[in-house]
Amino acid sequence: MTETADGLSRRDAADALTVDCPLVTEILTGFVREEVRKVGFERGVVGLSGGIDSALTLAVVCRALGPDNAIPVFMPYRASSPASERDARLVAAQLGTTPLVVDISPQIDAYFERNPDADRNRRGNKMARERMSILYDLSLARTALVIGTSNKTELLLGYGTIHGDMAHALNPLGDLYKTQIFALARYLELPAAVIEKAPSADLWEGQSDEDELGFEYAAVDQLLHQMIDERRTRAELHASGFDDAFVKLIHRRVRDSQYKRRPPLIAKLSNRTIDRDFRYPRDWGR
Amino acid sequence: MVKTEPSPAMTTDVAPRSDIVVALAQLAPRLGDVAANVTRHLELIGTAVAGGADLVVFPELSLTGYFLKDLVTETALRLDSPEIQALAEASRGVDVVVGCILESDDHRFHNAALYLSGGAVVHVHRKVYLPTYGLFDEARDLAAGNRFRAFEAPLRSAGPRRPWRAGVLICEDLWHPSSAYLLARDGVDLIICPSASPGRGVGYGSEIGTAQSYDVITRTYAQLFTAYVVYCNRVGYEDGINFWGGSRVVDPEGRLVGEPAGRDEGMPLHRLDLAALRRARIANPMLRDERHDIVDAECHRLHRRERD
Repeated sequence: MTETADGLSRRDAADALTVDCPLVTEILTGFVREEVRKVGFERGVVGLSGGIDSALTLAVVCRALGPDNAIPVFMPYRASSPASERDARLVAAQLGTTPLVVDISPQIDAYFERNPDADRNRRGNKMARERMSILYDLSLARTALVIGTSNKTELLLGYGTIHGDMAHALNPLGDLYKTQIFALARYLELPAAVIEKAPSADLWEGQSDEDELGFEYAAVDQLLHQMIDERRTRAELHASGFDDAFVKLIHRRVRDSQYKRRPPLIAKLSNRTIDRDFRYPRDWGR
Repeated sequence: MVKTEPSPAMTTDVAPRSDIVVALAQLAPRLGDVAANVTRHLELIGTAVAGGADLVVFPELSLTGYFLKDLVTETALRLDSPEIQALAEASRGVDVVVGCILESDDHRFHNAALYLSGGAVVHVHRKVYLPTYGLFDEARDLAAGNRFRAFEAPLRSAGPRRPWRAGVLICEDLWHPSSAYLLARDGVDLIICPSASPGRGVGYGSEIGTAQSYDVITRTYAQLFTAYVVYCNRVGYEDGINFWGGSRVVDPEGRLVGEPAGRDEGMPLHRLDLAALRRARIANPMLRDERHDIVDAECHRLHRRERD
């Protein structure tokens, strides 16, 4: 641990990510319950991957709406890890639910038969959007809101598929960094297998978030928290011991993925343009 | 593309000529990229000098772009920032008005216009009226200025006849006639209006609604306060919103000097005959006749009533 010019140590940066788990659980549970019921729904549909984010989301939805109103959907591709299905079932069972299983291999393979040269990013995006379209179909079929699973780290880094996993009606975890997701998952006693395995989008065999990103969640979460939440300048981050190149890389990732976090641009013509000067709250009349 | 031909000289009559050339740097700043914008400013200042300009006016927030939101604090400059120093250096050959976010010692952030000349900052205007309605959200991010002041503008080739006084109103400041009145009372000859006016109101006639409004406002102020109005608006798009350009100069009788600019980037140069101020104020001596004593008395009375 190094003390630095402005008194911020890396230990402080780590401690700054501590969350009050009981309080956060209470707020997230109330959020899901209120926002789902407000629009006249009782149920929530959650894409369950076998990973920690969707497990935690499902846990919150079960607490908010009751296990009978939570619809977990497991949507494997044939290359998905067998451990994913095992872990998804484990989580669902612990929370008192049974997942629907929808194999997306037939439609994914049918599409890429005509595009055999597509690289794995295209395939991964297509799978994420296929899953989104299934969740939205179930949303209508089962009168359930789609509850998203994106966390703050991946939203800020743009490490998600726009209109794929980033598409949903409500997002309870979007203001929690991955480090905080781990803490909350431990507090809610989710299965150890889910908490302890290396985070992965499981879009291809052996994929690992941290390998693909090129850094560890613990490190990037500390930096993002200091940069975004604490509004530290480049000079202050440098003084706190963050590597300049790492800071630059992460700042660029956040900047260049801003479009993913915003609705599409509307060309302004009139005096009252949607989302510009037509600004009713989303909970309008609710 | 930069147009550098001044508009044809005005016809002269009895008064000796005091011509100045004003360049309207109607550009589209790169949003949040101060370094790139400084470079662009320096290039355009060079072009304006080559074209014989005495004054180059850039639009509102020309160094940062307009819809900054959280970029306000990240793009803020101070008067001693190297970016301002570099632009001040470039003002040794020509007077320059640039727009930026100016941070105060106590960390308030102002939408400011700086008048640079002879290597120094001659005048700072901090936007007083921060629009926070409709599509605007300025007061959320910015602190408001609290004064309107005219100042002596060096304007080198204006000649030795008398000092010329300029004043700056930034965009929304123009929509409050008291702003222009105060400048007029402070002896303004040249009302400089950097602007970042978004185009909207398409469908009410052939022009953009805001363009029609600014046409009326600039010509009205010029005529009523018998001063030149130099209006420089930006162009380009930010998050789907277009800025309509239309930069123009209006003479002290409310007539356009040359043609207003279009919606593209460019830097039209206009020749202004400052002797026209004398002619206009002889023909329409409203400034001479203005009853400031009545304004003051009535303002005091209203002030007392509003306090009760």
